[in-house]
Amino acid sequence: MPRTERHGSSPDGRVRVVDVEIPNDVRYIEKVVELVRRECQVMAYGHRQLMLNVPVALTEALSNAILRGNGDDPAKHVHVHAEVGAERLVLEVGDEGTGFDLDASLIDPTTPENLGREDGRGLFLMRKLMDRVERLEAAHGSVVRMTLHRE
Amino acid sequence: MSFSVKKEGEVVVVDVEGQLIVGNRQELKQKVLDELERGEKKFLIDFSQTGYIDSSGLGVLVSLSKKIREQGGELRLANLNDDLKTLFELTKLDTLFQIADTRERALQSF
Repeated sequence: MPRTERHGSSPDGRVRVVDVEIPNDVRYIEKVVELVRRECQVMAYGHRQLMLNVPVALTEALSNAILRGNGDDPAKHVHVHAEVGAERLVLEVGDEGTGFDLDASLIDPTTPENLGREDGRGLFLMRKLMDRVERLEAAHGSVVRMTLHRE
Repeated sequence: MSFSVKKEGEVVVVDVEGQLIVGNRQELKQKVLDELERGEKKFLIDFSQTGYIDSSGLGVLVSLSKKIREQGGELRLANLNDDLKTLFELTKLDTLFQIADTRERALQSF
């Protein structure tokens, strides 16, 4: 199970909040995705957002944080902060590494020369499935923030 | 999350139950490669019981497709739900794979 887990709502009850810190291990990804997806379901997000946009984009962000940001180091952790509102979902995934340049990492995996590549679709999918993807500077590590407006 | 492998006629059929993501993709890859090493040539991956697939899962499918082709074999995919179809369309992988609506049609297409 995740090391720390906190659920709650904003004082006016319009935003549901999830805070989770997990060990730097890809086996925790599915549990975190389910926690966030459940909150989106409570807030009546659309079927496609529940089954495609949220789980795939969050899995990509977690996978990047664990394998790239934290360099697959088992001593490190990943922090997830989700604010699930009636109008939009804001997801922040923080690692303890130095981060990476979202734009420099961007290739188009749909071109004929890249279609047969095994890698290079993670950031592409995050951008396609979320309305906004940005990298924030953090005191100890790097944070990727993704925003999705509710259908 | 699990993968069940069975033989239907000459075709090795793999059912993906749950997610196909970074945490379990190697398991799928190894199961298919084991069958390929045993001399199997026809493969069908059925997604009727699949939740979601991430970029690592898509990458493993691309890799398996190449390895099977290199051995003179064929890979078909079947039963993508609407969300999975969208994922394949977004990445244009619907143009790389032979995808059938049903398991039966996929089996008949070999």
